[in-house]
Amino acid sequence: MAHLYLILTVAAYGLSLASYFRFLSTGKETAGRIGTILLAVGVVAHYFALLERSRGLHTVPYHDLYGSLSLFAWLLALTYLGLEVYHRQRSVGAFVVPFILLFFLVAHLAPAGRIVETPARGVAFAFHVTLSILAYAAFGLSFVLSLIFLAEQRLLRSQNLGAVIWRLPPLELLERMSQSSVIVGLVTIVIGTALGFLWVDRLQGTMLYYDPKYLATLLVLVLYAAYLFLARTAAWRGARASKLCVFNFVLVIFSFTAVNLFFSHSHRYF
Amino acid sequence: MEIVLVGLNHRTAPVEVRERVSFTVEQARQAAAELRDRGILEETLVLSTCNRSEVYGVPPEDVRQSAGALATYLSSFHSVAPEALRPSLYHHYDREAVRHLFRVSSGLDSMLIGEAEILGQVREAYRLAHGAGGTGPVLNRLFQGALEVGKRVRSETELGARPMSVASAGVKLAERIFGKLNQRTALVLGAGTIGEQVVAQLRDREVAHLYVMNRSGEKAGQLAREFGGKVIPWGEWHEALNLPDLVVSSVASDDPVLLRDTVKQAMVARKNRALLLMDLGVPRNIDPSLADLYNVYLYNLDALTEIVRQNRAAREEEIPHAEEIVDEHVSKFLSWQASVELVGMLGVLRARVREERAEFLRDRMEMLAHFQPQEREKIALLMDELLEKLLMRPAEQLRGEKSLRKKIQNVDALRDLFLNDREKP
Repeated sequence: MAHLYLILTVAAYGLSLASYFRFLSTGKETAGRIGTILLAVGVVAHYFALLERSRGLHTVPYHDLYGSLSLFAWLLALTYLGLEVYHRQRSVGAFVVPFILLFFLVAHLAPAGRIVETPARGVAFAFHVTLSILAYAAFGLSFVLSLIFLAEQRLLRSQNLGAVIWRLPPLELLERMSQSSVIVGLVTIVIGTALGFLWVDRLQGTMLYYDPKYLATLLVLVLYAAYLFLARTAAWRGARASKLCVFNFVLVIFSFTAVNLFFSHSHRYF
Repeated sequence: MEIVLVGLNHRTAPVEVRERVSFTVEQARQAAAELRDRGILEETLVLSTCNRSEVYGVPPEDVRQSAGALATYLSSFHSVAPEALRPSLYHHYDREAVRHLFRVSSGLDSMLIGEAEILGQVREAYRLAHGAGGTGPVLNRLFQGALEVGKRVRSETELGARPMSVASAGVKLAERIFGKLNQRTALVLGAGTIGEQVVAQLRDREVAHLYVMNRSGEKAGQLAREFGGKVIPWGEWHEALNLPDLVVSSVASDDPVLLRDTVKQAMVARKNRALLLMDLGVPRNIDPSLADLYNVYLYNLDALTEIVRQNRAAREEEIPHAEEIVDEHVSKFLSWQASVELVGMLGVLRARVREERAEFLRDRMEMLAHFQPQEREKIALLMDELLEKLLMRPAEQLRGEKSLRKKIQNVDALRDLFLNDREKP
C-alpha cells in the first residue's frame, strides 16, 4: 500500500508514453487518446503520491530534492496536458512524457536528502515555490517544443522526410506552443519571485537581501523575455529563436541545480 | 434477403462509357424508384462517382435473374446498347457484393488507393437513398457497416494518411510548415499542369489569397479568373515575393526565373517570414542555391516525386491490414444476415411442425381410439411441448452465440434440409 501511488504513477506514465509512441509511429487516433487519458491518470496518481509523502514527512513536497524534482515532473505533466488540450495536438506527447517519467524516477531514486529547515512557512512561501517550479516546468516544455521544431525543420530543409514528419505538428504551431509555454513561465516566475521578495521582507524586515539566485532568476527572466521578443522579429524568427529557447533552458537547469546547491544561501531544491 | 450489385468502375470501363452511365442525384433517385416500382428490387441504392456507377439492391426473387433485369434496366435508362455495356459491367452477389462495397468505402477499390473522398460519396449516396425511402433493413445495415469500415480503415491504417500525388505532397508540405492554409497566401508562376493541380488543392483548402504571375498578361488574366485570384505583372518580384507564404512555379523557361539575389532581397523585405518554394518546372525555374537561405524551403519536382514514391511504398504495406479489417466486417455483416434469416426460417419451421403434428394425430386417431378425449388432448399438449423445446433451444442459441451464427452462415443448406421451396422465408 505504501508504494501503491508510486507504482500507479510509473505504470500510468509508462503506458501513456507507449501509447503516445504508438500514435506517433502508426498515426492511430485511438492510441493518442489512450495516451492522453493515461497521462491524466498518471497526473492524479502522482498527486496522491506527493500528498502521501507530504503527510508522512509532515512537510510540503519541495523541502528536499525528491519532492522538488517530483513536483517539477507533476507540474510539467499538468502544463503539458493543458497545452495539449488548448492546441489539440497530441504528437508532442511522445517527446514530453519521457522527461516527466525521467524526473519522477530520478526523484524517487535520489538519495533521501535532508529536509531543509525553513525559518518561516505560509501561503506566500508556498506559492513562491510552487509558482517557481511551475515556471521551470513551462520553460521545460518550451525546451522540448523548440527541440522538436529544430529537428522537424532540419528534416524539412534536408528533404529527408520519413514517416514521422506527417504526424508532427506544423512548424508554426510548434513556435506558438513554445511561446505560449514561455508566457506561462514568465508570468508565473514573475509572480513567484514577487511573492518570494514579500516573504523575505516579512521575515527579515528588508528586501535587500542578496542571494546569487536572484541574479540567476533575473538572467532567466531577461533571456526568456528576449526570446519572446526575438521570436517575432526578422532576423531571429524560426530556428534561431528556438535555439535561444533551448539555451535558456540550459540556464534554467543550471539555476535549478548548480546555483541552488552550491551558491544560494536560501534556495536548495527549488 | 440476398444482395445484388451491378455496376462498372474505372477498371472495367473507359471514361467514355463511365460518363454515359453516371447518375445525377435526380437520376439516381428516379432509377431507384423505378427499380422498386417495377419489382426488380425491394431495396435500392445508387452509388455514382466519377470513377464508378453501381446499383445495390435486395431482390424479391432469384438474385441472378434480378441482376440480369438490372443490367437491362441500366442499358435502357442510359440509352446504351446492352451489348456495348455488358463487357464493362460486373455482377456481385451476397458475400462478394458486401465485400466489394466495404472495399469501396475503405478506398481499397479506388483509382488512387486510400483516397478520402469516396467515404463521403458513399455517405451521401446512403443519405439520399435513405431519405427517399429506397433502403430497408438490409441496405441500412449494409451501408452503416460500410461507413464504419471506411472510418476504421482510415483511423487504424496509414492508407490515406500520406500524400500520393505530387500536387498533394506539395500542399501537405505547406501544411507541415504553416498549419492550416486558410489564412495563407499563394503565388502561382506560370501555368503548368502540375502547377494547376497544386492550385486546385490549395483552393480545396480554402487558401486565403491567390496571386498569378505569367509572362503573357492575357494568360495570367485567364488563370486568375479560373483560380479566383489576382494578377501581378511579370517581373514585379518585389511585390510578388513579399506577399505569399508559398510559391508554386511551373514556367516553361530554359533559365531559372527566380534567382538567389531576388529571393534574398525579398526575405529581408518580408522579415524572414517562412517561404515555401515549389519548383515544378522542367528545366527548373528556381535557382537551387537559394535552398540554404534562412527560412526558405525549396522543393523541386524530383524531391516531391521522391516523397510520393516513399509514401506509395509505405501504403502498399498497409493494404493487407486494411483488407483484414474489411474481412472482419464482412463476416460481421454476414453473421447478422444469417441470424436474421435463421430466425425467420425457424418461424416457418415451427409452423410446419405444428401442421405435421396435427396431421400425424389425425392419421393415428384410430390407434388412439381407446384414449379418453382429455388424454388425447394431453398427448397433443405433450407433443407440442416437446416440439417447442426442440425448436426453442436452437433459436435461443442463435440469439446468444455469435460464433454459432458465423458457423452456419450458409443458411441455404439448412433451408434445403428442412423446408421445401414453397416454405422458404
